[in-house]
Amino acid sequence: MADLRVDFAGIKAPNPFWLASAPPTDKEYNVVRAFRAGWGGVVWKTLGEDPPIVNVSSRYGAVTYNGARVAGFSNIELITDRPLAVNLREIKAVKRDWPDRALVVSLMVPCEEESWRRILPLVEDTGADGIELNFGCPHGMSERGMGSAVGQVPDYVEMVTRWCKQHTRMPVIVKLTPNITDIRAPARAAKRGGADAVSLINTIQSIVAVDLDAMAPEPVVGGQGSHGGYCGPAVKPIALRMVAEIARDPETSGLPISGIGGISTWRDAAEFIALGAGSVQVCTAAMHHGFRIVDDMIAGLANWMDEKSHGVIEDFSGRAVRNFVNWEALDLNYKTVARIDQALCIKCGLCHIACEDTSHQAIAYEQSEAGRRFSVIDAECVGCNLCYHVCPVENCITMVEEVSGKPKLTWKHHPNNPMREAAE
Amino acid sequence: MSGDAFLSEEPDIASHRRDEAALVCDFADAHKPLSPDAALVEASRCYFCFDAPCTAACPTGIDVPGFIRGIATGNLKGAALKILEENIFGGSCARVCPTEILCERACVRTAQEERPVAIGALQRRATDWLMARNLQPFTAAPASGRRIAVIGAGPAGLACAHRLARFGHRVEIFEARAKPGGLNEYGIAAYKLPDDFAEREIDFILGIGHIAIATEKALGRDLSLASLRRDYDAVFLALGQAGVNALGIEETPLAGVEDAVSFIARLRQSKDKGSLPIGRRVVVIGGGNTAIDAATQARLLGAEEVSIVYRRGPAQMSATGDEQAWAETHGVGIRHFAAPLRLLGAGGRVRGVVFQRTRLDANGAVVLDRGEFTLPADQVFKAVGQRFVLPETEGFPVVKGGRIVVDAKRRTTIAGVYAGGDCIAGLDLTVRAVEDGKIAAEAIHADLSEAKEHAHG
Repeated sequence: MADLRVDFAGIKAPNPFWLASAPPTDKEYNVVRAFRAGWGGVVWKTLGEDPPIVNVSSRYGAVTYNGARVAGFSNIELITDRPLAVNLREIKAVKRDWPDRALVVSLMVPCEEESWRRILPLVEDTGADGIELNFGCPHGMSERGMGSAVGQVPDYVEMVTRWCKQHTRMPVIVKLTPNITDIRAPARAAKRGGADAVSLINTIQSIVAVDLDAMAPEPVVGGQGSHGGYCGPAVKPIALRMVAEIARDPETSGLPISGIGGISTWRDAAEFIALGAGSVQVCTAAMHHGFRIVDDMIAGLANWMDEKSHGVIEDFSGRAVRNFVNWEALDLNYKTVARIDQALCIKCGLCHIACEDTSHQAIAYEQSEAGRRFSVIDAECVGCNLCYHVCPVENCITMVEEVSGKPKLTWKHHPNNPMREAAE
Repeated sequence: MSGDAFLSEEPDIASHRRDEAALVCDFADAHKPLSPDAALVEASRCYFCFDAPCTAACPTGIDVPGFIRGIATGNLKGAALKILEENIFGGSCARVCPTEILCERACVRTAQEERPVAIGALQRRATDWLMARNLQPFTAAPASGRRIAVIGAGPAGLACAHRLARFGHRVEIFEARAKPGGLNEYGIAAYKLPDDFAEREIDFILGIGHIAIATEKALGRDLSLASLRRDYDAVFLALGQAGVNALGIEETPLAGVEDAVSFIARLRQSKDKGSLPIGRRVVVIGGGNTAIDAATQARLLGAEEVSIVYRRGPAQMSATGDEQAWAETHGVGIRHFAAPLRLLGAGGRVRGVVFQRTRLDANGAVVLDRGEFTLPADQVFKAVGQRFVLPETEGFPVVKGGRIVVDAKRRTTIAGVYAGGDCIAGLDLTVRAVEDGKIAAEAIHADLSEAKEHAHG
């Protein structure tokens, strides 16, 4: 049986599945339930200075896509609205009762050294395993000069990180905002500031939907709405790319990354880990289905690792990073064509109409006494994959490599490239 | 059963075998409508196929993926219009169509997972939505000055009338019965179209205007085709099948023997179903939906033993597999490969039926086999098919194989006379009748427009 234990920037946990700083980790009651369910760690919902902030009602919006609810999720909730002392007392109690689990505390205080120096010893006193600097919250707090307002300015990221490293011996994880042009800039800044790790992505600025009766963004609060932070399954591709950019950046290479963004299953987690994450954080999936989902995440990841003979997480962590390259490094002589398994085909015609209307007219449609038939016109097929994706039947369309026998040819050396380099 | 003892028993035919509450419950909707949420889930199962097989399988060519997408996106009005544009009886067809042999059989999900998208139920969701809002989506074009006579106010006649009205033609429908609706009103089992749905749907159809219905006017009795041709610009014959087939054996008149269609019609028209007398033991002879509807409703009225007897096998029954299962679920026994030999009676009242076993020969024809059996019966319903009855012999279009001959445009052999529905050859289904009416209306309109052009030319 695979060993799922992780040591993330010195923080140990029985598995890589942590709950992200969010409503599920707002108080002792929830966190204890999460640990009972089997979560390897939590990042306690962000603490701030007293007096606590005040939240609005309501707070969430969601995207339902083709019957699937919460495909995307958005919130306008701020950091904890409970007094600091209450949170600290509960954190201390939980850590005492659950010493084997990772307990990281998320923090957000004004961008002044004094504020950070004041709060850090209080957190350290709880026995928490580490802190996560919330430089990501894109709504509400950012208007007050905190959250993503800090995360969007690499110099601030570096400065605050340095303060924290000076005033605490706890590992410092810097949580990054995706609302920025180049994610590598704040990651590099965090590293310069001495960060032990980064975590990403925080939520994406969004208007999740418009209430067409109220004529206001959702969620509607007294007839008006504000932009929110978008997360859930829909943001996973954005998060994967940003994690991978940091993992392959020579300047930040080796910096531990806690992957966040739409992780709902063990497979999602495995993908983040393959692209360089050392732990993963989950929120939306738990908010959708409750803490019990971790059960299948743990078993699913372990079973897959057994199947692939990965004994420990490190065995495959970062393994896909080296294959994440810039477009210009791809082989232009590599070719695939679509194959339709006629025995599996249910004749829905989705491959045909997609190719016919929007791609390369490479799927023929014939009607005869025998019925409908869809077949690939090899000469027209560019191997784009669209038919494979729209086909509703598993394994009906496969992309088969057409061996050209030609050597690898990249754009760098392609004759059509006016800027081409001479062949190596 | 000890010998022929039953022959000397008094027939047991009684009303109120079951209490009122049970009857109200059992004669309510056979299939509950989808809730809005369930409809959304079901709609999301549709793959939105290209050149969709379900649409090709629908006799009226409804854009099935198109209307389902409307349900999925919350465009219920658009969905309903897509349906009604092709089939003005979309509401009743959603309830009575044998979708399992039409659209739902063609659904690619049937091939994939043996569970098609519930197209009929979704169609009902959309059409019910529209009708519940009393929306009248169709308008008639300005009056053309043309008058068209439609004979028969069943689905074919009304569908034709509605489309003609949209073109601005004035339509007068002549109906032999006391109420319009045809088989929707008289021939469909009560639980398939409960709550006066057939009447409400006709009100909805007539809401377009330009259509008048004269009831209790029958061709050959109160009207002649010759006079209609003289008085109207065109005539559409939607006569249905007024006759019922005989058993093909000697039938001495016995009380308790009745055509299944009459029984079904009486049931449909009865507000107090419990007051209808029903036998304790009922035998239904035949293998179509009429047999199923008569037998199932006999059970619901409280008959203890109900048997359908059919001279061929389950695969040859014109009742679909779903219909057969429906009857069996309601406690009807179906006996295959037996043909009636003679009716047994005592004192002028039926007491049973003697059947002879049958088999199919190499050509699929029914041949009598060895062995007889007797089913005691207090009541016997004959459901061995209906037939078109020629209303007039003089000046009537050519009839072949017992049905009026038409071309692809539903033109008969007489100029200006068109026909559709069960009086022409084809599947005897509401949905097909609607399509006939639609095609005939288009042809009438085109032919009249052409004639007008010639007149002006």
